[in-house]
Amino acid sequence: MSAHVVGNTGVMLGRSIRHVTRSMDTIITVTITPIALMLIFRYVFGGAIQTGTGNYTNYLMPGILLIAIASGVSYTGFRLFNDMQSGIFERFHSMPIARSSVLWGHVLTSLVSNAISVVIIIGVGLLMGFRTSAGVVAWLAVAGILALFTLALTWVAMIAGLAASTTDGATAFSYPLIFLPFLSSAFVPTDTMPGPVKAFAENQPVTAIVNTVRALFEQQPAGNDIWAALAWCAGILIVAYALAMRAYRRKIA
Amino acid sequence: MQTPPLAIHVSGLHKSYGKMQVLKGVDFAVAKGSIFALLGSNGAGKTTVVKILTTLLKPDGGKATVAGHDVVSKPEQVRESFSLTGQSAAVDEILTGRENLIMVAKLRQVKNPRQVADDLLQRFGLAEAAGRRVGTYSGGMRRRLDIAMSLIGNPPIIFLDEPTTGLDPEARIEVWKEIQSLANSGTTVLLTTQYLEEAEKLADRIAILHQGTIIVSGTLAELRRLLPPAKAELVERQPTLEEIFLAIIGNKEGVRR
Ligand SMILES: Nc1ncnc2c1ncn2[C@@H]1O[C@H](COP(=O)(O)OP(=O)(O)O)[C@@H](O)[C@H]1O
Ligand SMILES: [Mg+2]
Repeated sequence: MSAHVVGNTGVMLGRSIRHVTRSMDTIITVTITPIALMLIFRYVFGGAIQTGTGNYTNYLMPGILLIAIASGVSYTGFRLFNDMQSGIFERFHSMPIARSSVLWGHVLTSLVSNAISVVIIIGVGLLMGFRTSAGVVAWLAVAGILALFTLALTWVAMIAGLAASTTDGATAFSYPLIFLPFLSSAFVPTDTMPGPVKAFAENQPVTAIVNTVRALFEQQPAGNDIWAALAWCAGILIVAYALAMRAYRRKIA
Repeated sequence: MQTPPLAIHVSGLHKSYGKMQVLKGVDFAVAKGSIFALLGSNGAGKTTVVKILTTLLKPDGGKATVAGHDVVSKPEQVRESFSLTGQSAAVDEILTGRENLIMVAKLRQVKNPRQVADDLLQRFGLAEAAGRRVGTYSGGMRRRLDIAMSLIGNPPIIFLDEPTTGLDPEARIEVWKEIQSLANSGTTVLLTTQYLEEAEKLADRIAILHQGTIIVSGTLAELRRLLPPAKAELVERQPTLEEIFLAIIGNKEGVRR
């Protein structure tokens, strides 16, 4: 049975990876906005922003990566929605295969395609002066946190893809997510923000994740931020997974 | 008289969407190796019946077995026994025709997925288009690919939900030929259609679904007998199924021509 699940999921993954590689424009669309933001913040606002650290590109990088992931998962919702609309979702569900492989194929594809975006953006960042002293362990920790964040948002995207009745509905959920980094420590320190904004910024997931990734890149201790980041990601993941499963059961009832 | 073994058996099937009752006690049986047409106008509930039989939808009441297994309590066993070609073409537009077939072959864990794909591409006249993305295919080619995908693994039962709707006459005849050859090879075929002519041409038995129940079912000859013979004398030709249909339901709603 479990070999069945793995084999079926592998086929599903191969299928939707082809969807990603055959529409490279989606990768470009996903990476272009974060790269543009990185350029604007670095070369337009950067000189006027006081972060208390030397290299502003380093400061920007974690938030830019989160923006890329938040917009990247909207394509996951889009791909799943398209499957539901065309008959292919029902074809898979009427076949003697592990049904769970249909959703997991999309989830794994989301992880792979977002990883590609992240690598591209880090590459551009290196050209713009991004430098890190992170060793293998710190890099693995960064990869792990970004993967967990991607996984959590992917399941949010799955809810949208399963429950939406229009293409816009399947993708619009990501717009507010893309704005969360602006209300966080991603671009400027939270100290100068007015009270309520500061309170929001310091207690939302993006700040904890940004601070953790930044600390890992700088080889600094991440302190409590890493636990807050993990708790946020795990919490979002669990809730989103439960809601997605409910939407799924409603669809196939 | 000996009754042939049944591939599909449906009794007292009920299904509502919210307050709207779509199936109000549907009964029919399909013999192994036969072609059975479920005929009904748009919105009659044909797709609902097919979805219940293919384990995509749960009935509210009644019983249905496919290949001897209950669709509600043994969905996995049921899914081992059939293939579905749904109402909307269930093909992947971004993959090529060959990749679509290989994908299904791998999911069904057949040996030599590539060989199986190439054979089907040949058989369905898609060999030349095999390397092209399905997004570029015509409606008829998509339908052919869709049906080819359903044949992989040689399932003993095939459901075809309005297989020719939206096809031009030429493509329709090609699909008819394939359905016929399937039945000749011993596969049980349940197809739904709005076209009376299609049911007449293909089916061994026909059931008419109307307002939630099967109002009549039988062979074409049996259905013809339901009309008064006087009619045949008057018009010098066999009544068409359309006339039978009109005579039985006694109103014109839903019948287009
Ligand atoms: N998921 C659904 N929710 C609500 N109503 C539905 C749903 N699916 C079908 N219906 C309605 O049920 C009736 C029967 O639909 P369907 O089985 O698709 O008919 P057919 O295939 O014969 O055209 C139609 O009136 C249709 O609008
Ligand atoms: Mg239908």
